[in-house]
Amino acid sequence: MLKTTKRAIAIATTLLAIAAGGAGAAEKKDFTLAWTIYAGWMPWPYAAESGIVKKWADKYGITITVTQINDYVESINQYTAGKFDAVTVTNMDTLTIPAAGGVDSTALIIGDYSNGNDGIVLKKGDTLADIKGRKVNLVELSVSHYLLARGLESVKLSEKDVTVVNTSDADIVSAFAAPDVTAVVPWNPQLSEILKMPGAKQVFSSQQIPGEILDLAVVNTAVLKDNPAFGKALVGAWFETLALMRQDDAAGTAAREAMGKLSGTTLEGYEAQLKTTFMYYTPAAAVAFAKSPELRKSTDLVRTFSFEHGLLGDGAKSKDAVGIAFPGGEVLGSKDNVKMRFDAAFMGLAADGKL
Amino acid sequence: MSRRLINQRPGRAGIIYLGALPFLLLLLLYAFASAARRAENPNDKLLPGAAALADAVRRVAFEPDKRTGQIVLWSDTAASLTRLALGLAAATTIAFVGGLANGIIPYVRAGLSPFVAVVSMVPPMAILPILFIVFGLGELSKVMLIIIGVAPCLLRDMQLRVEEMPGEQLIKAQTLGASSWQVITRVVAPQMLPRLLDSVRLQLGPAWLFLISAEAIAAEQGLGYRIFLVRRYLAMDVILPYVAWITFLAFLADFVLRRLNRRCFPWLYVSRA
Repeated sequence: MLKTTKRAIAIATTLLAIAAGGAGAAEKKDFTLAWTIYAGWMPWPYAAESGIVKKWADKYGITITVTQINDYVESINQYTAGKFDAVTVTNMDTLTIPAAGGVDSTALIIGDYSNGNDGIVLKKGDTLADIKGRKVNLVELSVSHYLLARGLESVKLSEKDVTVVNTSDADIVSAFAAPDVTAVVPWNPQLSEILKMPGAKQVFSSQQIPGEILDLAVVNTAVLKDNPAFGKALVGAWFETLALMRQDDAAGTAAREAMGKLSGTTLEGYEAQLKTTFMYYTPAAAVAFAKSPELRKSTDLVRTFSFEHGLLGDGAKSKDAVGIAFPGGEVLGSKDNVKMRFDAAFMGLAADGKL
Repeated sequence: MSRRLINQRPGRAGIIYLGALPFLLLLLLYAFASAARRAENPNDKLLPGAAALADAVRRVAFEPDKRTGQIVLWSDTAASLTRLALGLAAATTIAFVGGLANGIIPYVRAGLSPFVAVVSMVPPMAILPILFIVFGLGELSKVMLIIIGVAPCLLRDMQLRVEEMPGEQLIKAQTLGASSWQVITRVVAPQMLPRLLDSVRLQLGPAWLFLISAEAIAAEQGLGYRIFLVRRYLAMDVILPYVAWITFLAFLADFVLRRLNRRCFPWLYVSRA
């Protein structure tokens, strides 16, 4: 019996060591970035495939492994649990998943904002006000839900006037084909598929709330602090890729075509998605937005929505529970519990050509 | 010579102790890993501590939800169990009638058996879009997913059991003058009922799987709905108690069916012993 107990303790200790070793922050050489398919994030896999990431990693003497995760939420959860050093994620999900979960996270790169990539679509309805009393299919507690809340506000309705039905993003296109579904809030590429269906009418989109749904590259703050080289390499690789994909020549087209293929569509399909994505192509533009008052305003809207839906955790007494820091040191919410940081320093280095 | 290993038996206390040991080890492992992760980040969401778990249980199982006024665990449980019960009842009925007919009537078997064999191999999750369009996105499609997932397997099992019956029984009943209908209702069906219940017990796992998948795709309440909703912000403090609750409900359903079988069909267990 004693033998069994001893062995059990040995196994438990081993597993314990594995569990604890997940999120250690100290100087290291090997880093990981997780990405999921979305128009604004496709530069990452292209940069990895074409060797741009390796070039920048080599320059700073490190390695960066870029990994695709099939499920968006799972990629954030894996990052939060410490399996990845960086992840592609929206501003709202950064606040509600890692930051609310106590993992101090830095928005290293502001990549783009949704400029029509998210929309509210109705059957048999011309204006958003027609949504009153309907069942609305969407991914609950996601940016879609946020867009719905903002849209309802704009027509003096509230969430009480509709019934939200949680629907997986993978199934939302076929859900819209069902006769009993009359209102959906999808994002792209599902949105453009749904708009192709007969009787579908878009009545509100993220174009009406510019700069509120942000797509970021987020890095664990402790890792970034101990390893500025990782931040520099990521920012360098990112803006080199963006400069390339912006070009009108053959090289630019080839890059966009590769990104389209990587996201399962064609060059035309991908360019259509880029039209509804406001990319910050130059570091200077991204830095200017990071330092602007608009970012503080939209962040406040997002954290208010998150708190009202209980996404800051049940211990959160107010929307100030989680502190959000901006370039220049200004903090929104609790100064003692800053867990989300917008950073302009690394993008600033890129803007000044110092990388 | 000492007693062989295969003949050494643990006592009553030994059985209880050995049975509890793996559970205790799992708890211990969880406690260690959770403590280690929380030492690094006190707000860790992946492996919450006992206090956080207890707090979440109190919130979902005893306090009414702020937005709806319902106690979420109970309303979720009621919604899920209703779907599961409807789905299993319909699947069992289909399997019983179809399996009997397939097993005993050669003309039905010739027409239906190959079709059922093929259909039972179709993964229901792969044809979801069709199910949505045919059955909508409401309660019906969730119940249908359970039926489509479980009924073909039950039906085939039932057919095999009917075919396994000793031919002497059927011949004897016929020499006593029984019609086809009488053979089916008086000889075959009564013997099949307990076997059907046994095979329903084995299909409880798949039925839960289909139920939770259906609720993950589109729902307003249910156990699977809640798990997939709070997964969005890694609320393992809610998910883990839900998983434990689902496991308990499934175990309970299995236990009840087993007791029901023993009580209603004691003759089956006499012959086995």
